[in-house]
Amino acid sequence: MGLIEFISANYIDIQKSLLRHIELVGISVSIGMVISIPLGIFLSRHKRMAGTVLAVAGTIQTIPGLVMLGFALILFGIGMLPALVVLSLYAILPILSNTYTGITEVEQRYIEAGRGIGMTNMQILYEVELPLALPSIISGIRISTVYIVSWATLAGLIGAGGLGDLIWTGLSNYNSKYILAGAIPSAILAFVLSGLIGFLQRLLTPRGLKGVRV
Amino acid sequence: MSSNLAPLIFEHMLIVIIATFFSVALGVVLGVIAYWVRHVDAIILWTAEAIQTIPSLALLAMLMIFFGLGNTTIIVGLILYALLPIVRNTYTGLTGIPNHLKDAARGMGMSKLQRLIRVELPLSFPLIFSGIKIAVVNSLSIAVMGVLIGAGGLGYPIYRGVQTRNLARILSGAVPVVLMALVFDYFMSKIEQRLIKRAG
Repeated sequence: MGLIEFISANYIDIQKSLLRHIELVGISVSIGMVISIPLGIFLSRHKRMAGTVLAVAGTIQTIPGLVMLGFALILFGIGMLPALVVLSLYAILPILSNTYTGITEVEQRYIEAGRGIGMTNMQILYEVELPLALPSIISGIRISTVYIVSWATLAGLIGAGGLGDLIWTGLSNYNSKYILAGAIPSAILAFVLSGLIGFLQRLLTPRGLKGVRV
Repeated sequence: MSSNLAPLIFEHMLIVIIATFFSVALGVVLGVIAYWVRHVDAIILWTAEAIQTIPSLALLAMLMIFFGLGNTTIIVGLILYALLPIVRNTYTGLTGIPNHLKDAARGMGMSKLQRLIRVELPLSFPLIFSGIKIAVVNSLSIAVMGVLIGAGGLGYPIYRGVQTRNLARILSGAVPVVLMALVFDYFMSKIEQRLIKRAG
């Protein structure tokens, strides 16, 4: 049986795995954003804490995915929940550090100009700092998403499903068709999501910043 | 437990060192080609970035189809993953050299190769080194996945621990991995700072 026949015979399984994969990525990146964007804004106002928080987040990032999934498996058991906890944790750092640097790198003169025309602190945040930091924040989201598509393939190991399931079946049976049926869609998914977010980034970059090297 | 941990730590490091050696050699050459040959730079950088985007389990599983079970597959995988930071930093370092320094070297009658080896590569070394640092720290963590494709190293106790739900077993592999990553990061950052300071 060739790869094409294999794919058409197992089309429904592959589709189901792909949808579960997208679900895992979508939920955990969203949780990562909800936690790290407000936290990044908070840290940019309390710079003394920033070093410590970013160092802790950075250390979490060096813990191999297999280890984190192992912890989650022991703590929460098998299924989607432990995978989502781990994936969300991994999604935090890139978005957090990009939000923080994006906001702290907004030049002081723009903030002063905002203050000069009578903006409140909230207005400065929403109308000056966040729009100027947006390209950096979105690039953090893009890095996170690519990471999470990758880590989510490991989630198959603890019964969360997704394309990793197919790869895993292929690895344990030494069956290259299962491996390719999981690996190729997951690679394409990573490319497509990265491309889409990159497009979104260009779309949302303030007109004044376009053509300026960030 | 610590007695049988040492060979695993050694094997883990050996895998990362071999992979780093090849990825530095390949990455610097590709970085130089991207710098020398016009229009090729975009292709090389794009390819390195594309490889990085492929999920690690997917890449390793596909490599296993070609290279079989064992250490070779994880080494090839690590080389591919390490290319991006090294190629990009080599390229950025080389293109960032001020023109007056290049002109001075040309004025002294140096050939293209002499300029590269005596002037351009030494000047971009601090940046190349920070690319190598990123590659090493990432590789230490990715090498854990080698156990899934039959390689040795610290992935073994971690994976056995996950399978038997044995926290101590997981930690016996995980703690050395994280410590190694932090130690390498710390010392290589120190060297990096010194290199940057010396370069002015």
